[in-house]
Amino acid sequence: MPPTSTHDLIVVGGGLIGSAIAWGASRAGADVILLDEGDVAFRAARGNFGLIWLQGKGVGKPPYMRWSLQAGHLWREFATLLVEETGIDIGWSQPGGLQFCFSEADIEKCRRIEAETRTDGGDIAITVMDRAGVEALVPAIGPEVIGGAYSTLDSHVSPLYLLRALQQGLQARGGHYWSAAPATAVRRDQGAFAVETPRGRVAGKRIVIAAGLGAAKLAPEVGLAMPVRPERGQIVVTERVKPFFPYVGSGVRQTVEGSFLIGSSHEEAGFSEATDVSTGAALCASAIRAFPQLAEVGVVRSWGSLRVMTPDGMPIYEESERCPGAYSATCHSGVTLCSAHALILGPALAAGTLPEAVSYFRSDRFDVQAH
Amino acid sequence: MSEPWDAVVIGAGPAGMAAASTLAEGGVRTLLVDEQAELGGQIYRAIERNRADPALARILGPDYLKGGMLVDRLRASPAQLALSTLVWRIDDDLTVWTRTAGTVAAVRASAIIVATGAMERPAPTAGWTLPGVMTIGALQILLKSARLTPSGRLVLAGSGPLFYLFARQCVAAGVKDLTLLDTAPTRQMWSALPLLPSALGGEGWRYLTKGVKLLAALRLARVPVYRDVRDIAIEGDGRAEAVRFTTGRRAHRLPCDTVGLHEGVIPHQQMTRSLDVAHDFDEAQRCFRPRHDASGRLSKPGIFVAGDAGGIIGAEASAQDGAIAALSALHDLGRLTDEARDRRIAEAGRVRRAHLTARPFLDRLYQPRAAVLDPPDAVTVCRCEVVTAGALRDVANKGAPGPNQAKAFLRCGMGPCQGRLCGPTVTAVFARETGLDPAETGYYHIRSPLKPITVGELAGAAGAVEREG
Amino acid sequence: MFRRIDGGDNGTAGALSFDGQAIPFRAGDTVAAALLAAGVADVRDNPVDGSRRAPYCMMGVCFECLVEIDGRQNQQACLVAAKPGMRIRRQAGARLLPEGAL
Repeated sequence: MPPTSTHDLIVVGGGLIGSAIAWGASRAGADVILLDEGDVAFRAARGNFGLIWLQGKGVGKPPYMRWSLQAGHLWREFATLLVEETGIDIGWSQPGGLQFCFSEADIEKCRRIEAETRTDGGDIAITVMDRAGVEALVPAIGPEVIGGAYSTLDSHVSPLYLLRALQQGLQARGGHYWSAAPATAVRRDQGAFAVETPRGRVAGKRIVIAAGLGAAKLAPEVGLAMPVRPERGQIVVTERVKPFFPYVGSGVRQTVEGSFLIGSSHEEAGFSEATDVSTGAALCASAIRAFPQLAEVGVVRSWGSLRVMTPDGMPIYEESERCPGAYSATCHSGVTLCSAHALILGPALAAGTLPEAVSYFRSDRFDVQAH
Repeated sequence: MSEPWDAVVIGAGPAGMAAASTLAEGGVRTLLVDEQAELGGQIYRAIERNRADPALARILGPDYLKGGMLVDRLRASPAQLALSTLVWRIDDDLTVWTRTAGTVAAVRASAIIVATGAMERPAPTAGWTLPGVMTIGALQILLKSARLTPSGRLVLAGSGPLFYLFARQCVAAGVKDLTLLDTAPTRQMWSALPLLPSALGGEGWRYLTKGVKLLAALRLARVPVYRDVRDIAIEGDGRAEAVRFTTGRRAHRLPCDTVGLHEGVIPHQQMTRSLDVAHDFDEAQRCFRPRHDASGRLSKPGIFVAGDAGGIIGAEASAQDGAIAALSALHDLGRLTDEARDRRIAEAGRVRRAHLTARPFLDRLYQPRAAVLDPPDAVTVCRCEVVTAGALRDVANKGAPGPNQAKAFLRCGMGPCQGRLCGPTVTAVFARETGLDPAETGYYHIRSPLKPITVGELAGAAGAVEREG
Repeated sequence: MFRRIDGGDNGTAGALSFDGQAIPFRAGDTVAAALLAAGVADVRDNPVDGSRRAPYCMMGVCFECLVEIDGRQNQQACLVAAKPGMRIRRQAGARLLPEGAL
């Protein structure tokens, strides 16, 4: 039997959440091991849109809005640190986000979001504008766009390079990354935690379950509740086009390489990552409404990926009462919240605490709602 | 709007033409789809234009002309043809999504036969992206479809039956300045020898005799041949100007105008991969092939694979393979009794086997050398996104679990060719770095569209569904 | 550098244009074959490193022969039949949107 690998912190889950926590904890001086699955797995990290989209996020849910905006404001510092440390260009830029409106109802919704954000004290400026305002920013918009909303805080990133940078940054700091090492069992063992993987046993003083949909089964083994379900999002991606849309769009954006990402759907499809023509067609039709010129551009790929959804759509972060030192972390905004996971949550977990800012996001809020 | 077809056959090479003929003659409504404008696939490319051309017939040889019989039979059958038609997606409910001249259609079928044939094994080599470098298959396609041959100094590098066949065709076509760089390791001749006796059975002796004649003709024509060639690198400023290589301990440099590369053929797996069916790694042929039963049936109900798309078997066996899949489908559709199916499949199977006797010998003799599957660090593996073998090794050694994570981290396979020209190499490089075998290493997840369709065409596809109603 | 095996000229079926240059072709030629026959060495620049690229596989799998044909970009020249009067243009890097997009 191979010897047990022993560490300060075990992070179960090599997606964006787990990788950000692992890198952040490692920067805080902890000896971290990050456990990941193999090449074929449910990976929201590989299938998402790459948005740090803050306008409208957490409207009506002030703790979530505050946490998201905190993450949004941290992104510049986070991106700078990560790129400096790893030398990997993660393609982050902050041109501001533009939400297109095609009807008066759309504009009304933007106004409502702007007003509610202000009421809740959200630290973000949202400008609702008419067609002329949008056209001044993006001359290429289609005739059906009648207005929009713009926020300078929104940004975007290559989620794939981001994941690579976090994992390589972790390793460059002496942290460990094990792929093809899905946790098959997790237990508390003499004041520490032990995880069984196909590559051997891993032991640690503390453990974070950030295993996405896989956490539903693992987390209860250390007394954590993880009521998550999959929600499918399909994305369509085009061939490279010379840059012409420099802003972040919520349903259509141009990547640093020039490809357009068009998405994303919200579907209840169980654990199926399949795509279907009617969903792809609907996504493309709305992209064409924003940019009619895209109709001529070639689609090179499409995919379906599973979001990790909690009952109220907000994250879960908590420490196990039964097994102190065991933590859970999950959300469906692994990109937006990545900066906070890396710079706030990771160092806190390295020290064995949860930051005050996430105290709202315990799973027992679902018990209260149920009664 | 169209009524569902009983059978849709994808690919109009030998397997697809035989399958479509068999199905249509068997009384089922059959549609044969191909992306090319002409029947024949690549092996019988432009056969209908060329069959009456004595000059080309002499150059291409009698085996090429056999494609004429398949075409005649198909043309005489009631099978409907949809040429210049792309299949960009197949759904589990057997909807085949096509595009013809900008029009997207959803075609329903009760049975589908995938006969998308072979492609040349990617041959990553230093300088292989330079203009002036093409595959030998491409040079042969230019000969068959446009009567073109390279006019300057031609260097052909590689191994396999097509390598020598095309060299012979060049000589017959009057190519004057030709040099051959045979990359097959000489020792493979010795390891292949034990397989020679069984290769002489059935029709195998014909293939071997053809090979011996080819080599004799090349010798007679005094075509220079370098053997056991290693370390090929193509040089040039903006286009191929010279080929460097090593034989034994000697380094060589040959000035050239055109370079042809060829390292054998592999199943074109894009379509079967997109169906999410299991693929096995064929150790003898060093490539993946979709898992299927003896009649080509895949694990997805109603879908068959036939010909080289299911594993490399060559044109003659592919035609029989197409017939066998079609007979199984006819039986599924209630048009053949058990007895008739079994009898006719047995007949086709006998001919198929006879054409496969030499295959194990040839597979061993022409097994690709290690550098083809596992090129040096500096060599570009993904031509579209310009990703080197060294970059792949770097992410593999930093723990990336396989080809799909490599694709995410490096963009290899994300360009316009959608991984066709780097996928096999990426798997091979990962397998070598991790010590896993290629089957465990896996392959890119291939998704629709199988080739780019436009955003507008996809947006309009919803209408195609409704019209289908 | 290619020649027809009969040594004859290229232009028995008409001509297309490549960046304004007249390219004669024969019946049955694809756009890629016509360009190669006329001595066109390369047809586009790779969008990643700017390297010059030319038709490589001639069977529709490598996508190296992408050109603009009659205003439509990223068309596979090896799959499109040459027609008289076709306007072919070299592509530099990533495709542009159609005229008027910017």
